[in-house]
Amino acid sequence: MENGFSSPRTDAFPAGLRVLVVDDDPTWLKILEKMLKKCSYEVTTCCLARDALDMLRGKKDGFDIVISDVNMPDMDGFKLLEQVGLEMDLPVIMMSVDGETSRVMKGVQHGACDYLLKPVRMKELRNIWQHVFRKKIHEVKDIESHEGGPDEFDDGHLLSAGDTNLAKKRKDLENREHDDQEFSDPSAAKKVRVVWSVDLHQKFVNAVNQIGLDSEYQPGFLFNTLICIFIHKNISYFILCPSGDIWLSYLLFTTFSCHLNNACIEPLCVILLAEVGPKKILDLMNVPWLTRENVASHLQKYRLYLSRLQKQNEPKTSFGGIKLPDFSYKDPPGSFGLQSSTTMHQNNAANTNFGYSGNKILVQDVGSQIHGGDLEGIVSFLPAAEPKKALIGDVPDPQKTSSSSLMGTTHSLESLRPDVNYASFEFTIPRQHSWSGETPVKEQLKQEHEPYLLLGDGYTNPPLPIPHHIQVHRLRSVPSIYPRTSITERDKLGPIETRPLCTEYKSNHVTSISPVGRTVDLFSVQADSHIINPQAFEAISTITSSTKSRNFDQNCVNNLESVQQNIIPGSGSALLSSHGDVQLFSLQGCGYTENIGLQNIEFSDYNDSELVTELPSHLYDGLRFNCDYLDLMEYPTVDQGLFIA
Amino acid sequence: MEGSHLQRQMACMRKSLFDQGFLDEQFIQLEELQDDANPNFVEEVVTLFYRDSTRLILNVDQALEKVPLDFTKLDNYMHQFKGSSSSIGAAKVKNECTQFKECCKAGNAEGCMRSFQQVKKEHAALRKKLEAYFQLARQAGTGETASRSK
Repeated sequence: MENGFSSPRTDAFPAGLRVLVVDDDPTWLKILEKMLKKCSYEVTTCCLARDALDMLRGKKDGFDIVISDVNMPDMDGFKLLEQVGLEMDLPVIMMSVDGETSRVMKGVQHGACDYLLKPVRMKELRNIWQHVFRKKIHEVKDIESHEGGPDEFDDGHLLSAGDTNLAKKRKDLENREHDDQEFSDPSAAKKVRVVWSVDLHQKFVNAVNQIGLDSEYQPGFLFNTLICIFIHKNISYFILCPSGDIWLSYLLFTTFSCHLNNACIEPLCVILLAEVGPKKILDLMNVPWLTRENVASHLQKYRLYLSRLQKQNEPKTSFGGIKLPDFSYKDPPGSFGLQSSTTMHQNNAANTNFGYSGNKILVQDVGSQIHGGDLEGIVSFLPAAEPKKALIGDVPDPQKTSSSSLMGTTHSLESLRPDVNYASFEFTIPRQHSWSGETPVKEQLKQEHEPYLLLGDGYTNPPLPIPHHIQVHRLRSVPSIYPRTSITERDKLGPIETRPLCTEYKSNHVTSISPVGRTVDLFSVQADSHIINPQAFEAISTITSSTKSRNFDQNCVNNLESVQQNIIPGSGSALLSSHGDVQLFSLQGCGYTENIGLQNIEFSDYNDSELVTELPSHLYDGLRFNCDYLDLMEYPTVDQGLFIA
Repeated sequence: MEGSHLQRQMACMRKSLFDQGFLDEQFIQLEELQDDANPNFVEEVVTLFYRDSTRLILNVDQALEKVPLDFTKLDNYMHQFKGSSSSIGAAKVKNECTQFKECCKAGNAEGCMRSFQQVKKEHAALRKKLEAYFQLARQAGTGETASRSK
C-alpha cells in the first residue's frame, strides 16, 4: 500500500488516515481507538513503545501519523518521538495528563508536531490530519514526494474531500515553490520516498563527519543560514538564511565584518550560517539513487537531533531521530523576538528568552571582529524546532574597531554554500547607542514586528514564504549598546543567550558555555568596546526561522569556552582568534543558563572569500527589503554577497 | 412503566454523579462514543479502568510500605493513576491523585499515606456508584443508554 496519499482512500482524505496510537494505559488506548475510529481513521493500537517501533519499521509507510503518550514504562515518549522522526519521518503527536509548560516545550523540542492534554477530546483528534497534510506540503517543497505519481499531491487527490480552499492553497504553495525552483531539483516530480535505513543513515553520518573533518572549522557544525546584521545609516540589516546554525555564521561574520568595515559599513552582527552542504554530503555518500533534497531534509533532522543530543550531553552520534516539528507554522512570531528582548535586559535573567528551552539562538558576539567595532554580536537563532527563534544582534560600538577574533573565522565565510537562502530583513537600530542598560529593546522588539523575512530554503528552493518561516521583527530603535567595557559589564549586554554549539563530532569543543552570564562577556570581549545594540538583538531575535531554524537548536558552542576564555580576559580580539570555532554568545545577561547551542556548523565548503567582499554592497541591495520582498528578489544578490556559494 | 421508571432513575443517578462531582465531562465524551457498534462502550471502558487501576493501587500500596518512601516512584504511579482516572472522567479520584502528587513533591510521607487513603476511598466509592448505574442501565435496556448518549 502506499503512502498515505496515493492510495484510493486518499480520495476521502482525511478519512482513512492511518494512525498508530501508543499508550501504556489500556483504558486510554481503548478510548482513543474508539475516538479515532469515529473520525473515520484507521487505527492501530500499541501499548509498548518498542512494539510501536517494530510496527513502524516493519511497515514502512504503513502509517501516516503516530500518537503517543509521554510517560511510558518501557521507553520515554520523547525518545520514541525522536526515533520516529528520524527513521520514519512521520508526524508525531504527544499526549499527557501533564500539561506543564516545560513538558510541552520538551515535546516540541523533540519534534512533536502537537501536544495534547489528557483527557483528549474528539474534536482535537479530528484535526490531526492537518499535521499529515502539512508534512506533505513540506515534503513537496523538499522535493521529496512520495511514490505515487504526479497526482500525489494533486489537489484532487488530497483534497477531493471537497476542500477547494485547501486545494487552492496547495496549488499556490506548489506554484510558488516551483517558481522559485532555481535551486531545487527540477525533477521534483515524484521521487521515491527515501527511507533512511540504518545503513543509509550511517553513510550519511560518515559523509557529514568527513566533511567536518575536511572543513576548516570544527566539524559538527551544520549550518545553513547566513545572517548578517549590520547597521548602515541607521538601518539595520539582517540577512537571514534559514535552516542554519549560527556557528558558521559567526565565522562568516568575521570575514564579513572585515569587509564591511572596509566599506564603511558597521555591521552589527553577523550571523552566518552556511549550508553544510547536502550536495557535498550526497557526493560523499555515493548513493546513486539518493537526491540532494533527500539529503537536505535528512540533514535538517539530523541537526536537530544533534542539537538535542548535545543538549543532553550525549556525545555519541547515534542514529536517532528527531521529528521535525512544524515550527514554521506554529510559531508565533513574537515569541522569538520577545524572548530575546527579555534578555536584552541588563540582566541575564531571562535566559530563556530565546525560546525557552533550548532552542536558543546564540548571538555571537562578533564584536571582536567587527571592524570598527560595529558588529558585535552574533545572533543566535533558535532552531526551528522552537519556532521562536530569536536573533540577537549585538551592535558593536562603532568606535571599537578592535579586530575581533571573528576575523579568525573569516574563512569560514567562504564556506557558505550557494544554496543558502536567506532572508533579509530590515531593522532599524540606531547605532551608537550607549548601553545604558536600557532595555528598551525588549519592549520595542515586542512591539514592532514586521515580519519580513525572506527565508530561503537552502536546500531546495528559494526562500520559503516568509510567513511560514521567519518572522522578522523590526527593531525599534533601541539605543542600547554594550558598553565597550570589559566583560564584566556583560550583564548589560544582554539577553543574548549563548548556546554552546555542540559538536557532535568533535568533542573537544566546549559544549557548554560555562559562564552564562558571560556571554555578555563574550561579546564584550570582542571588543573592549563592543557595543552591542540590544535592539539588534531583539530584532534578530524576532526572527523565527522556519524549519530551517531548526538548526539553531541548542547546540553547544564548541568553542564557546575557548572563546570565553578569550573574551573574558577582556581582550577584544580574543574572541575568535582561536579558530574557526564559531562562538555564539548569547548576550544574555549573565546567566545564560541554557547552553544555547548552535548546531554544529560545518564549514565545509565555505571558503569563498568573495562572499565577504561582495557582501557589503549586496547587503544593501539585497538586504534591504521589507515585507514586499517576500519573494526574495534579492536573493540572488544577497546570495552572492552573503552566501558563499 | 418499568422502563421509563428505570430510565428516570438512571437519569437521576447519572445527574447526581455529575452534580456531586464524581464524574466530569469526560464521561459524557465516553457516552457519546457509545454507538451501535459498541453499545456497551462506557461500561467496558469503566471495567477496563477498574481492572487497571486496581493493579496500580496495589503497586502504590506496596511502595508505601517501603522505608524510606521512594517519592519519585510514587509520583510516577500517581501520574499513571491520574491519567487513567481522567480517561473515564473520575473527577474526585483525579483530584485526590493530584493531592498525593503534591505530598510526594513535598516529600511528605505522612501526607502521602493520608492522601492515598483518600484516593482509595474515592476510587471505591465511584466504583460502587458506577456499578449501580450500569446495572440500572442494563435493566432499563441498552436502547436507553444508546439513545441517550446520541
